Amino acid sequence: MSAPAASPVVPPAGPLVALRDIVKTYRRGQQVVPVLSGISFDIAAGEFLALMGPSGSGKSTLLNLIAGIDRPDSGRLVVAGEDVGRLGEAELADWRARHIGFIFQFYNLMPVLSALENVELPLLLKDMGRRERRERAELALSMVGLADRMTHAPSELSGGQQQRVAIARALITDPTLIVADEPTGDLDRESADDVLRLMQRLNDEIGKTIVMVTHDSRAAGHAHAIMHLEKGVLSGREELRG
Amino acid sequence: MRLILILRNVFRHKLRTLLTVVGLTVAVLAFGLLSTVVEAWYAGAEGASSARLVVRNSISLVFPLPLTYRQKIRQIDGVRAISTANWFGGIYKEPKNFFPQFAVDAASYLDLYPEYVLSEAERKAFLLDRKGAVVGSKLAATYGFRIGDTVTLKGTIFPGQWEFVIRGIYSGRDAKTDVSQMLFHWDYLNETLKARSPRRANTVGVYVVEVSDPARVAEISRAIDAEFRNSYAETLTETEKAFQLGFVSMTEAIVVAIRLVSYLVIFIILAVMANTMAMTVRERTAEYATLKALGFGPAFIMGLIYGEALAIAALGGALGIALTFPLAERFASAMGSLFPVFVVSAQTLWLQAACALAVGLVSALFPARSAARVRIVEGLRSVA
Repeated sequence: MSAPAASPVVPPAGPLVALRDIVKTYRRGQQVVPVLSGISFDIAAGEFLALMGPSGSGKSTLLNLIAGIDRPDSGRLVVAGEDVGRLGEAELADWRARHIGFIFQFYNLMPVLSALENVELPLLLKDMGRRERRERAELALSMVGLADRMTHAPSELSGGQQQRVAIARALITDPTLIVADEPTGDLDRESADDVLRLMQRLNDEIGKTIVMVTHDSRAAGHAHAIMHLEKGVLSGREELRG
Repeated sequence: MRLILILRNVFRHKLRTLLTVVGLTVAVLAFGLLSTVVEAWYAGAEGASSARLVVRNSISLVFPLPLTYRQKIRQIDGVRAISTANWFGGIYKEPKNFFPQFAVDAASYLDLYPEYVLSEAERKAFLLDRKGAVVGSKLAATYGFRIGDTVTLKGTIFPGQWEFVIRGIYSGRDAKTDVSQMLFHWDYLNETLKARSPRRANTVGVYVVEVSDPARVAEISRAIDAEFRNSYAETLTETEKAFQLGFVSMTEAIVVAIRLVSYLVIFIILAVMANTMAMTVRERTAEYATLKALGFGPAFIMGLIYGEALAIAALGGALGIALTFPLAERFASAMGSLFPVFVVSAQTLWLQAACALAVGLVSALFPARSAARVRIVEGLRSVA
C-alpha cells in the first residue's frame, strides 16, 4: 500500500494503521452475530481510503474500531504506533483526543454552541489558553470557507455548512487520522460535492490520512482506494488514483 | 467553555426549565415557611432565659398557688428575685381576637424580663396606674392600640368586663422576644376578685423565679418543691424553657406533621427534578457520545450534568429563599398574634439552601452516571 503521489507530505515508513486478524461479534440476546471475521490490512500515512459495502457488511464497525470508539473481540490494531487494544478507557480517550478527528453523518455539533465554539471544543483537552484556542478555531473555520459564519448556531447553518464546521472541528487538533462515517449521507449533491472536495484538499494539500465509510460510489471516487467489505470480510481493494 | 455549555443547556428548553425552577421555588418557599411555623411554635421556649424558673401547682396549671408562697420561695438559697403571673384569658371584642394577657406583679415582673423594652416614662406611668396595662408592639400594631386608649376585655376565667388603660408599648430586645402580650397589674385583678369572688383572691397562677446562678437551677428547683411537699398545694418547679416546651408538647403531633410535610415537599420536587434531568440526559445521549468520542472523559460529562442541575437548583433555591421573607411577613400578619414570634431564622435559610443543593446533587446523580457510562457507538446511533 503506497502513499498517494499527489500528497506533498512524505509519509513515515510503515503503515499508519495496521489491522491483524480483527474479529468482532455482537450479541443479540443468546445469539452471537459475527460482524468482522479476521480482517487484516494496512493504511499508509497520507492515504485517503474509502470503505464500501452493503448494509450490515461491517464497514462502520471497522471504522469504529480504527477510531478507538469500539474494541475488537480479538486481533491486533495498531494506529500511529499504539496498540489500541491495550489502552484502558481513560488512555483510549486521551489517545482519541490526540490522534483522531471525527466527521459524522449527522455532523454531531453541539446545538448550544456557535460554529466557532464547536470548533474550539476539542482544544479544551489541550493545554492551551483561550486566545490561542480562539485563533486556531478561527483559522480552521476560514480553511473550510466559513469565516463569515463563526457566530452562527448550527441551526442557522445549512447541512453542508454544518458538515464543514464538523470538518474544521476534526482538523483543529491536527489529528493523525480523520475518520468519516457517511459524511455526505445527509447532504444534497451540491453540498456533498463541496464536502468531498474539501476532504480531498485536506488529504492532498496537508496530507491528512482519511478513512471514510460510504455507500455512495461518487463519494468513494474522491479517495485513493476503495476497500470493499462483504459479510464481515474484505472482498477486494480498488485503487483509484495515486 | 464548560460554563457556557452548562448555562446554555440550562436554557435550552426554556419552558421545561421555567417549570422546574418554579416548582423548586415553590418547594423551597413552602419548606421555609413551614420551618418558620415550626420555629414559631418553639419560639417561647427558645426565648426563655436559663436563669428563670417557673413554679406552678404540681397537679395542674389550672390550680393556683397561695400568695403566701412568695416569701417562702424568696428565702430559698439561690433565689435572686421573684414575681407572679396569672393567665387572664380575656376576649377583646370577639373570641377570634386571641392574644395572651397576664396579670403580673408589675415592677418585679418587668425587672425579671429585661427583654421587654419599655421607656422609663411609660414604665413609670404603668406602675402608677392600677388599671394600667402595657402591650407588645406587635399586639399594638395588630389592633391599633395607642397609649392612652381604654381597652375592655371580657373575662372568661375571671368573668366580667375589665377595663384597662394602655400606658406603654414595649418592644423586644431581640427577634425572639414575644411582643404580642398584654401585661396588667395583678393587684387590679386581686382587688376586683376580693369584691366579686373572694375565694379566688390572693392566689397566683405561677411564680417566676430568677436564680443567682443558672448552673444551680436543678438544685434550686428541688429546694422549692421540697419546701412545699405535703402541703395542700404542692409545687412543680421547672425551667422557663421546660415550662414553655410543656405547652408545645401538647401540640407536638401538629409540629411533627408540619415537619413531615415540609420534607415531603422537598422530596416531591426532588423526584420531579430527577425526572427532568433524566429526560434531558436521554435526549442528549448522542451529544455525550460525541463528546466522549472527541476524547472528553466521564468526569467532564458528569460535570456538565451536575452543573446544569445545580444551576437550576440554585436559581429555584435563590428565588424561594428571596420570596420567603415577604410571604412570611404576610403570613404572620394574617395569623395576627397566634404566633408571637414569626421570624425567618438564619437556620431556616441555611436549611433552604441545603435542600436546594441536595435536590440539585441528588437529581443529577443517576442521570450523570448513566451519561458517563454511555457507550460511544450506541450513543452515536441515537442521533438517527
